[in-house]
Amino acid sequence: MEDDAPVIYGLEFQIHIIDFDDENNIISKSVLQHQAGEIWHISASPADKAVLTTCYNKTSESRVVTCGAVWRMPPEWESGSHESPDDPHNSHNPQNLELLCHLDNSSHGNASCVLWEPMGDGKCVISLADNHALLWDLTESSTQATISSSATLEGKGQLKFTAGKWSPHHNCTQLATANDTAIRGWDLRTMSQIYCIENAHGQLVRDLDFNPNKQYYLASCGDDCKVKFWDVRNINEPVKNLEEHSHWVWSVRYNHSHDQLVLTGSSDSRVILSNMVSISSEPFGHLVDDDDLSDAEDNHQDEKTKEPLQDSIISTYEEHEDSVYAVEWSSADPWLFASLSYDGRLVINRVPRALKYHILL
Amino acid sequence: MDGDICATDTATTPPDSDPARKRRVHGMLKLYYGLNEEGKTVDQAESMNPCDINGTHFDPEVYLNKLRRECSLGELMDQESCMVKQIRSLDSDMQTLVYENYNKFISATDTIRKMKNDFKKMEDEMDCLSTNMAAITEFSAHISGTLQDQHAQITKLSGVHTLLRKLQFLFELPARLNKCLELQAYSQAVSSHRRARCVLQQYSHMPSFRGIQDDCHAIMDKLAQELRQKFRDGGSSAEDLSECVELLLQLDEPAEELCDKFLSHAQSRLEANLRGLEAELRPPLSSGPTSVIDPSIGPARRLSAAPTAGSPADPTSPGNPFLSSSSRTDILEFIDRGCNEFVSSLCLVIASYQELFVNRPQEGNLASKDIPHMAIGKLHAFVDALATCYFSLVERRIQEEKSVGDNSLLVRALDRFHRRLQAVAKLLPGSAVPSQGTEIVVRAARERIKQYLAALQSFYLDSLRDVRQALAAPRLGGSSAGGGSHLAGPATGKDAPASLPELLSSLSASILNQIKSVLASVHLFTAKDITFSNKPYFKGEFCSQGVRESLVVNFIKFVCQSSRQFCESAGDRGGSTPPALLLLLSRLCLDYETSTITYILTLTDEQFLVQHHSPVTAVAALCGEARGAAQKLLNHYVKVQGLIISQMLRKSVETRDWVNTIEPRNVRAVMKRVVEDTTSIDVQVGLLYEEGVRKAHSSDSSKRTFSVYSGSRQQTRYAPSYAPSAPMDTNLLSNIHKLFSERIDIFSPVEFNKVSVLTGIIKISLKTFLECVRLRTFGRYGLQQIQVDCNYLQMYLWRFVSDENLVHFLLDEIVGSTAHRCLDPAPMEQSVIEVICERG
Repeated sequence: MEDDAPVIYGLEFQIHIIDFDDENNIISKSVLQHQAGEIWHISASPADKAVLTTCYNKTSESRVVTCGAVWRMPPEWESGSHESPDDPHNSHNPQNLELLCHLDNSSHGNASCVLWEPMGDGKCVISLADNHALLWDLTESSTQATISSSATLEGKGQLKFTAGKWSPHHNCTQLATANDTAIRGWDLRTMSQIYCIENAHGQLVRDLDFNPNKQYYLASCGDDCKVKFWDVRNINEPVKNLEEHSHWVWSVRYNHSHDQLVLTGSSDSRVILSNMVSISSEPFGHLVDDDDLSDAEDNHQDEKTKEPLQDSIISTYEEHEDSVYAVEWSSADPWLFASLSYDGRLVINRVPRALKYHILL
Repeated sequence: MDGDICATDTATTPPDSDPARKRRVHGMLKLYYGLNEEGKTVDQAESMNPCDINGTHFDPEVYLNKLRRECSLGELMDQESCMVKQIRSLDSDMQTLVYENYNKFISATDTIRKMKNDFKKMEDEMDCLSTNMAAITEFSAHISGTLQDQHAQITKLSGVHTLLRKLQFLFELPARLNKCLELQAYSQAVSSHRRARCVLQQYSHMPSFRGIQDDCHAIMDKLAQELRQKFRDGGSSAEDLSECVELLLQLDEPAEELCDKFLSHAQSRLEANLRGLEAELRPPLSSGPTSVIDPSIGPARRLSAAPTAGSPADPTSPGNPFLSSSSRTDILEFIDRGCNEFVSSLCLVIASYQELFVNRPQEGNLASKDIPHMAIGKLHAFVDALATCYFSLVERRIQEEKSVGDNSLLVRALDRFHRRLQAVAKLLPGSAVPSQGTEIVVRAARERIKQYLAALQSFYLDSLRDVRQALAAPRLGGSSAGGGSHLAGPATGKDAPASLPELLSSLSASILNQIKSVLASVHLFTAKDITFSNKPYFKGEFCSQGVRESLVVNFIKFVCQSSRQFCESAGDRGGSTPPALLLLLSRLCLDYETSTITYILTLTDEQFLVQHHSPVTAVAALCGEARGAAQKLLNHYVKVQGLIISQMLRKSVETRDWVNTIEPRNVRAVMKRVVEDTTSIDVQVGLLYEEGVRKAHSSDSSKRTFSVYSGSRQQTRYAPSYAPSAPMDTNLLSNIHKLFSERIDIFSPVEFNKVSVLTGIIKISLKTFLECVRLRTFGRYGLQQIQVDCNYLQMYLWRFVSDENLVHFLLDEIVGSTAHRCLDPAPMEQSVIEVICERG
């Protein structure tokens, strides 16, 4: 159980590793120093849990540049986390991250995010910098990065990628990016555009996520307060629209295993968990199991599952007092998620038990 | 003693044999004499009493005994003296009576004696008379016996004479028939033949009669031939024809064949009529399309022509010089022609047919029973077939009547059509033709309602387009069309004041007028003098389902829906629909909700006397829909306007290098633009919406210092922030502050008033500002610039919103977040900020 979260405090930048013990309901954290600057984006390697990338602001000579880098967490952090969670020394003696390499892109502008190859061996990353998408190859130890190919978004005006997502489908050969109001799909083999949803949102697109089980389905959110679900084979119309937030939606995430669960975080300081049954990979629950479950106990449960579920809001979490900028599902427990807001509050929530059993049974 | 008198009275009334009458007379007499005894059933019981001195069964002995036994001596004495007194008075009464009637008795005796003498004389005379009569009888018998022989002879002779005359008639018959044939006196011939036919038939075994019969047959065959020929030619008048048929029937021609011939003959004529009608249906290519829908004439004119029925400007009017009236007749003319030619001749045919075959007096052996039955059957089939053709033509013509200009013409045409069919109904009861005709009228009416709905809808869209143009016109000079829609804000603000409420009122007035004129047009269908208006359809369904639901309710729904579409089709860019139009439509829908819908529906119900047999859309449901549309439009308006200002703010934050900016000397121009735009929006909204409620202002709202963050709070906030050991403290105050303030929904629905709208717009704008600031990094002067800008906004924006604390809170957040994002957070002195802001 691991949640990495960027928090900006004053002039000192840290990475907090929050460890949540589900059984005892204990949260413990360990702090790592990130000396290079304030962190804007963070992502962990799928292959090595000690390796992560960040995008950070480097301020030098009254210039602010956003850079990307690959880091390794020091080996002690794991043992450190087992100390008493309330140990004040933990935050007073932070350890430093070990820099593996810079994703040096001074020629390509500010990096907005770095994406690892999903389910890869930790050797491929993509960084989005201004209007470039750069595919990096890392060496075995990740100490060196070389650009293997790149794509450039061309058009009038200052184009800038705001978000991106590496598709886990199609052998990881597709990338989706957002710039302004458009969503674009890229083929990484040729580094060329394969589709473009112009005006996907009325305003800026803030985040994207691929459905982990349905290869053509994509969720997006943006400043028009909407969450839209797309079938990239038919880009004229969204499959579904959600208009529940009352301000910009900053983050959208599919649950890794149950793709009807969609999490959104917005600057109206709400986190909303939705149940999008109608467009999920298991739209009507487990109908096949009906015959097998002949136990008297389960009969009651069966009746419930037979009714087709409606798309609905499962719950709205209002624990945050300020804008929520990030939401993320736990990679270990599919029923756990965390959200992070501007005021530095990290909230960990569970999917309601009733729904969990409803989905499982 | 009394009884005596009574007896004389009864003796005077023996002629009354009737017992009832007798009784009545007795009653009257009794009344006259004041007696209470009558000697009948009831009185008998009384008078049986032997002690009753006035009774008939009075027994003096019993009476005396009774008195003696019962009364004392004194009483007996009294009784006796009383009795003596009564007897005396009765005696004197009787004497008076005898004197009075004495003379009458004397004269009666005289009269009877005289009568006895007279009767004796009369008896003698009667005897004389009877002897005379006997003598006369004897003479008479004698004479008749003498004349008997001669009389028998004369009778025989006269019988022979008659027979001879009959025979002569028979012998002369062939010659007479021939002559009749020559003179074409067919009826005479036929009647002669009929008279002779039976005789000839009876005596046909005699050769001479046989010859005559054969001759007659030959002649009659010839005659029948001639009649048939005449019948077939058909040129003759109806009377001739009917005579023909009558004679043929008398000649034992088969009636069925005659019916067929008659009908087929009539059919050819009627079909010629129909062909004439059909020829009119085929429009000449040149003028056809223009007459159906004239594109050059806008819907306004097309519809406005409705009240002036048959005016020369009407496109379908024959008076229009642009249309060759000969080639294209209007529908009234068409129907007229159909009625005059086809329907009237059809009626004529039916009438004469019925005269000939159905209503004939059944006489002689011609009256075979099934003729009327068979004839009626044939007639129905015939009429139905022709009417179907006619109806299909009429329907085609009605379908061509697409122009909604003049409804009265169509209604009059339909009325005439329907009225003339009533004649057929009268002539031919039980025929399906009139009901089919009514169905056509009903279909036409339905179609008409649809057309009117379409016309209203297109009128509405056209008016909207006009409004849009009127809104766009003043801004054309102001700015380029693309990209800078927000730049036109002030221009709109300047020009709109004069026009926006005017546009609204003219739009709603013109729509209302349009609805009224359409209602007036449709109302023609139910006018009293229109024959079909009392059909159940036009009384019930037409009014409720047709006019109310299909026309009025559907139109209102259309207005709401098309208004809603402005919120959706425009995408989220908001560029395609001018915000002013959104505002105007929102107000329109709101007005509909509050008054117009109720008014229109009441008007409709009153005009059409709608009886709600079938469920109809409730006023409340429509009002709800209109309110929903108004709300959605206003929300969208807020969103669009908020977005425009947001874009300005966002660009201003994103494009600047906040780290390397210079020390602020001025409020940035963008902020002034924001305030200007907000003001103009305020003016714009104020034109259409009421002020609304706002919370009480503090005494010096514009002067409020930003002490909250620039003073002590800021110190506590930033000073420890250099120490990484206490990261929570930095946010503590702001978090506590947030805990106690209400959560702000940014894009939340607004109320229908100015303050709420403005609050919504400002909320959206400031929240955007906040989020943009959080994405940037600031230098010292960057922070100070933001401070100045926020102070400036503070000075001007508080007056627009319902709760100024909202503005304070958001601006505090902006400055706070900026300080957070600042590399060197050294805030500016409040006094300096104020000086800069006041300088402008």
